Amino acid sequence: MPKAPGTLYRGREGMWSWVAHRVTGVLIFFFLLVHVLDTALVRVSPEAYNAVIGTYKNPIMGLGEAGLVAAIVFHAFNGLRIILVDYWSKGAKHHRTLFWIAMGLFVVTMAGFLPRHLMHVFGG
Amino acid sequence: MSTPVITAPRSPYARRKTTRGNFELYGWVFMRISGVVLVALIFTHLFVNLLAGEGINAIDFAFVAGKWASLPWRIVDLIMLWLAMMHGTNGVRTIINDYAEKDRTRGILKVLLYSAFVIVVVTGTLVIFTFDPCPAGADPALLADFCKQL
Repeated sequence: MPKAPGTLYRGREGMWSWVAHRVTGVLIFFFLLVHVLDTALVRVSPEAYNAVIGTYKNPIMGLGEAGLVAAIVFHAFNGLRIILVDYWSKGAKHHRTLFWIAMGLFVVTMAGFLPRHLMHVFGG
Repeated sequence: MSTPVITAPRSPYARRKTTRGNFELYGWVFMRISGVVLVALIFTHLFVNLLAGEGINAIDFAFVAGKWASLPWRIVDLIMLWLAMMHGTNGVRTIINDYAEKDRTRGILKVLLYSAFVIVVVTGTLVIFTFDPCPAGADPALLADFCKQL
């Protein structure tokens, strides 16, 4: 296995999962702000809420939702991996294995989610 | 002959008590505890709203009313709102601290962040507490079936 150049922390699974955790986290946070505010329209009137939700029900937004769910599922499994690295006595030793287990769970979860969601979006 | 007393060359090392408290430690622990809870809450949220039944096609006012007519769903959603906003705000705070180097930039970004936190949490909490699943005078076609029995 080629050694990462530079410091122990640079490159490879450790650094890239950290970068992806930040990127997905910020993405989810900005979605959450919009999500709470558009849901708040239920307090205005049924018409107002249905009108805004209606604009989300198209293929472009449907693909956006798929991307959002992918970001959430990655952040969730990678977050659990971080907790194991922090608290499990053997976590740091096996951090690379844990990362690939998290990615395996990501793929399995998305394989369960995507077909059904895309069928809803594209009316299959 | 008396034994000479050798004084210690210097006072023993004593770690200076930090005056800044343990805020960052509690924040770090909070991210892990809230993270585990949020995985369970959000996976349930996604399953119920995107996978079960008709998926996203079923989401409209009547769908939300159907959920929030029951107290347990309101409590679950309220907890999810607060935990997710605190987790997200603390995460973005960390990122601002890492990348915004000028005091002024950091200050402005944090004012924006905390304002967004307050606006979203207050709005969301008020909506969950004051929501009426069968508002008077609304078009009955847009309401949940159980409103007809009222």
